[in-house]
Parts: sequence; C-alpha cells; structure tokens
Amino acid sequence: MIEFTIWDILRNLLLATRWTIVLSLVSFVGGGVVGLGLLFLRISKRKWSRSLAKYYIELFQGTPLLMQLFIAFFGLGLFGIDVPAWLAAGLALILWSAAFLGEIWRGCVEAIAKGQWEASASLGMGRLQQMRYVILPQAMKIAVPPTVGFSVQVIKGTALTSIIGFVELSKAGTVVTNATFQPFTVYGLVALIYFALCWPLSKSSQILERKLNVAHRNH
Amino acid sequence: MNYQFEFGWLAEYYPQIVKGIGITIELIAVGAVAGISLGIFCAWVRALGPAWLKPIVALYVELIRNTPFLIQLFFIFFGLPSLGLKLSELQAANLATVVNLGAYSCEIIRAGIQATPNGQFEAGASLAMTRFETFRHVVLVPSLQRIWPALSSQVVIVMLGSAVVSQIAAEDLTFAANFIQSRTFRAFEAYIVSTAVYLALAVLLRQVLAMVGRLIFPRRAAR
Amino acid sequence: MSLIEITEVRKSYGENEVLKGINLDVEPGEVIAIIGKSGSGKSTLLRCINGLETISKGSISVAGAQLLDDEVHLKALRLKVGMIFQQFNLFPHLTVGGNVMLSQMVVKKTAKPEAEKMAHRMLERVGLEQKFDAYPDELSGGQQQRVAIARALAMQPMALLCDEITSALDPELVAEVLAAVRELAAEGMTLLMVTHEMKFARDVCSRVVFMHQGRVHEIGRPEEVFANPQTPELRQFLGVH
Repeated sequence: MIEFTIWDILRNLLLATRWTIVLSLVSFVGGGVVGLGLLFLRISKRKWSRSLAKYYIELFQGTPLLMQLFIAFFGLGLFGIDVPAWLAAGLALILWSAAFLGEIWRGCVEAIAKGQWEASASLGMGRLQQMRYVILPQAMKIAVPPTVGFSVQVIKGTALTSIIGFVELSKAGTVVTNATFQPFTVYGLVALIYFALCWPLSKSSQILERKLNVAHRNH
Repeated sequence: MNYQFEFGWLAEYYPQIVKGIGITIELIAVGAVAGISLGIFCAWVRALGPAWLKPIVALYVELIRNTPFLIQLFFIFFGLPSLGLKLSELQAANLATVVNLGAYSCEIIRAGIQATPNGQFEAGASLAMTRFETFRHVVLVPSLQRIWPALSSQVVIVMLGSAVVSQIAAEDLTFAANFIQSRTFRAFEAYIVSTAVYLALAVLLRQVLAMVGRLIFPRRAAR
Repeated sequence: MSLIEITEVRKSYGENEVLKGINLDVEPGEVIAIIGKSGSGKSTLLRCINGLETISKGSISVAGAQLLDDEVHLKALRLKVGMIFQQFNLFPHLTVGGNVMLSQMVVKKTAKPEAEKMAHRMLERVGLEQKFDAYPDELSGGQQQRVAIARALAMQPMALLCDEITSALDPELVAEVLAAVRELAAEGMTLLMVTHEMKFARDVCSRVVFMHQGRVHEIGRPEEVFANPQTPELRQFLGVH
C-alpha cells in the first residue's frame, strides 16, 4: 500500500477546490441574474406575475436542494440529452440561488420607505424609472450584507453536487478517503478548506451589516 | 420528448416511502428539540456565560456555520470511529442534525437575547435575582418569542438539508427515493414524488412550529 | 374652465367610504386651505388629485389632464401638479442638487446643464442655493422641506399640493417653510394645502375648505369661515362657541 503524506492529501483536495470555487461563482452570478428577474416579477403590479414568482420561490425554498439536483440530473436526461454532472449541478444551483436571492432582495426593496415611491411618482416617474433611479440605489446598499451572507450558503450548497457525481472538494474528499483510509484527517481537512472559503465571507457580511446599522442610526 | 410517466410502482413501494418519511420526521423532531436546547445553552454562554467558555462556543458555532452539513455528517460517521466513537447510521444522522441546528439556533437566539431592553436585566437584579435567574425567568421566553419565526425557518431548512443523510445510508425519505429508482429505473418519478412529499412536510412543519409558538407564547409579550 | 376640477369624487377602502361625493373647482392662482379633523378625508382628497390614490367614482382633472389609472395618463397629470409631503421624502442617496435634477432629466428628458441651471434657480428661490452639494441627512427638517418644494417647482407644475408640510417639523422650523410657501402664493402659484396652521390659512389663502366625515362641510373666504362658522361641527373644530 502506498503511503500518503498529509501534503499529498491536501494537494489533491486543493486541486478539487478550484471546481468548488468555479461552481460557486457560476451559481452565484447566474442566480443573481435570475433572482433579479424574480425580484421584478415579485414586486410587479400584475397579480399573476407576483403569484408566479411567489410560487417559484416557495417551491425552491420548500424542497431539498439535493432533490432539485436529482431532478435536474434525471429530468434533463428525459429530453434524451446525456447530461453531464456539471450542467445539472450548475442549472440546479442557479435556480436554487435565484429563489433565495430574489426573496432577500424583495425584503430590501420593501424596506425602502413608502414615501420614496410616492415622491418619485408625484414627480411623474414611471415604475421602471422609480426602480432604477430611486428605489434600487437605496435597496442595493442594504442588500449587500445579506447577499454576501448568502454566498456562504452557495459555497456550502455546492458540496451536494458531489452526490450526482460532480468532482469538487467534497467528492475529492470521498475519493481521497477511499484511497488513504484516513477519513478523520481527510474530512477534517475538507472542512477546514470550506471554512477558509466561507468564514471570510461570513465575517465580512457581519461587519458590513454592523456598519450599515451604525450609518442608519446616525440618520 | 416521448417519455411516458409511470407511477405504477407506488403501489408496491409505498411502504418504503412511509418508512422514509418516518425517519425524516424522527430526525427533525429530535434535531429540533435537542438542537434548540443546545442553541439556548450556547446562546446563554455567548451572551451572558462564563468567559472561559465563550471562545469554545464561538469556535463551534463558526465551524459549523461555515462548513457544509454533508461534510459534518461524513466527519461524524466516517471520521469519529478513528477516535473510537462508532455510531450507527441513524445515530450519526441524529447527532449531525443536532450539532448543526445547535450552532444556527445559537446565533438566532443570541440575537433575541441581545434585543432585550437593559431595563429587564436591571429589574431582575433589583428583585435580588442572580444573572442566571434573570435569564431563566425574565429574559429567555420573550427572547425566544422575538426570534421564533427565524428559528422556525431554520428548523425547516435543517429538515430539508437532512436529505443528505441518505448518503451514509440512513434510511430517510431520500434513501427511499434512491432505493426505488435503483429498483424501478423510474428515477424522475421517484424524485418528483419525494420532492412533493418534502414540500408537504415543509408546509406541515411550518404550521406545527407556528402552533408550538402559540402554545409556548400564549400572550404577546412586550417587544 | 377651472384649473382643477373635482367632480362627485367618491373613494372607499372596502366598506369604509372616506370621500362621499366631493365637488371642488379651483381657479388659477387660488390658494386653498383644506382643514378638518384627522380622518375627515382631507389628506386622501389631496392624494387623489395626484393619483397616489385611485378614486372609486367621479372625476378629477387638472388643466385638462384626466385622472385615469394608467401610467401614461398618470404621468401627464403629475406633470401638471406637484406634491409636497409631510415627511419630505427626499431621496437620501442623492445630493440636494441631484434631488432637484433627477426627475427633470428622467421624466422630462431635460439635458443635464439645463436641469442643473433650473435646480440652482429653484434652490435660490427657497434660499438654499449654497446647499446644492449637501446630502439630505445633513440638513435640518425645515431645509429638507424647502428642498422638497424646490424639487417640485423644478418640474414647472401649474399647481402644488401640500400635505401637512409643517406637521413633522420642530416648531422653530415651521416659519421658514411657511415663508417659502407665502412667497409662492404671492407669485401666483396655485396651491392646495392640507394644514393645521390656521393663522397662515387666514392670512394667505383665498378660500378655506372645511372637511367633515368625507364631505365638504363648509367652504368660503377665510374671513367668513373663521369669523362666522355656519355649522356646529366647524364651530367645535375652531373652538368657538
């Protein structure tokens, strides 16, 4: 049996971490784009579009991400496409992130005082103009901390894609464990790498939140 | 798409699904009760507890909140035996759920404690209560009431996250779905059915938690 | 034809009818004070004129622009009539100048240099030209409200609606805002104001409207209305017996 040093293990895990990072970025950015669309549907004046976004969000927040991955993986297969794991993983994570981001951002838009809508309306602005020039610039400011906070959920969410066979950090952990028979060390290291990715984001989200609260109190 | 949906397998395999639902409910019931209790203890430590315990609890909370549940589960199930702690699949799943929810609920409950007006502590002190007695009898229940909605959401999130315990062969609802798809090759239908069941469980769980909230907090406390 | 024509306007929230058939015509250059208890419907009436509330029955038009519930008509209406709010509602992310310029550029598509020139002129009019680059949270309440007036004026409306614009102000800041409004009135601006400042209403307004339970209960010149109230409700409101 070959002996693995801790550096061999770590090197293999770090190589796989690249894919965790890439998938996280793709999911977060893609989820952001779709989430923005959801946000506009959710706060639209039309009832059907509000309901549509609401049910979308409830569906994706009310079912396990793992099931969404399975359905993307096997569901896409029904169209006769041979689905690579990365495609199913990316698609499911984008749709899942969108639901959460859309809901977070809706909260931020609704936190803007009603008077801002009324004042901009009384100046003759249309709905899109109100959003673009008055509401979103203010909402974006308060959206930063929870959005950064959610990026941590995305990174952790990518771990589930190992289950449908996408090779990222968690999958590498399993593979390396099977080769080394050192689960304690390997999963310990995997956890530490995730921690190194997530903790700075969690912390900066908290710091941003505190800054924002202080700024608000001074108003 | 010429796919023919086929749900005939339900007749044969529904006992597996029912059993899986039972395990999923057991997981979240134990997880919620023990996890929230652990969370209350940790929140007390972080807000008011002894100084030497604070960094330990902080480390626990930060570690859990910044690593995936799947890895926590693998670490407990595959890693701990090398320390001599061997757990069954279900025990490991239960422990992971409790540990996970404990860390999240700690932060949520702590926020509730911190929102307590200082006058409540002063009033307790003026009535000759110790800090712990004030916490236990004056601060705790209104704090929990303040954050009950957030805590409820977290319990639902943990329930949905528990789907991954199937990966250590704990026989929950997802395990049942995997089992059925491997037998019937009806993967899509099996996952659609189990997803629908999860959705129903989530809706139900939210209502149960709201009911529990009304039982524990019968009257609206001052905010 | 009057500038503002309010005809048989009714408005309900569910079962609760808050406006029960309002008729009011306002001529160009008139300054009208709307007074009454809270819940009498006076703020609702004002908000309807600007299309911030929909009406259940009747019609409102300002200089020929009808109140209809679609964006094109609402925009046309709001270009003719500006509004100033109790809570100022300045845009906190923009400077004072940015506040006054934004809707000129976005709604009227005015070029930036012109918008800027207009903003300077309007801020000068309310005595705040030196605050062009300040942010709203650096101003006192009275200054913020004067910026709000400048912001509305920059759209060159034919009439202004003032919804209790001094009610959120500390007492010592009320005078500066009222002075700005008095000047507008003197320049011939048409004004409809919901107000609790009875002295101001008596001195500046051409007509006073007393609203009670969703109706125009009394209306007339201020010297008549204040000196010789006809109904017990108005007498009680004014505290004369």
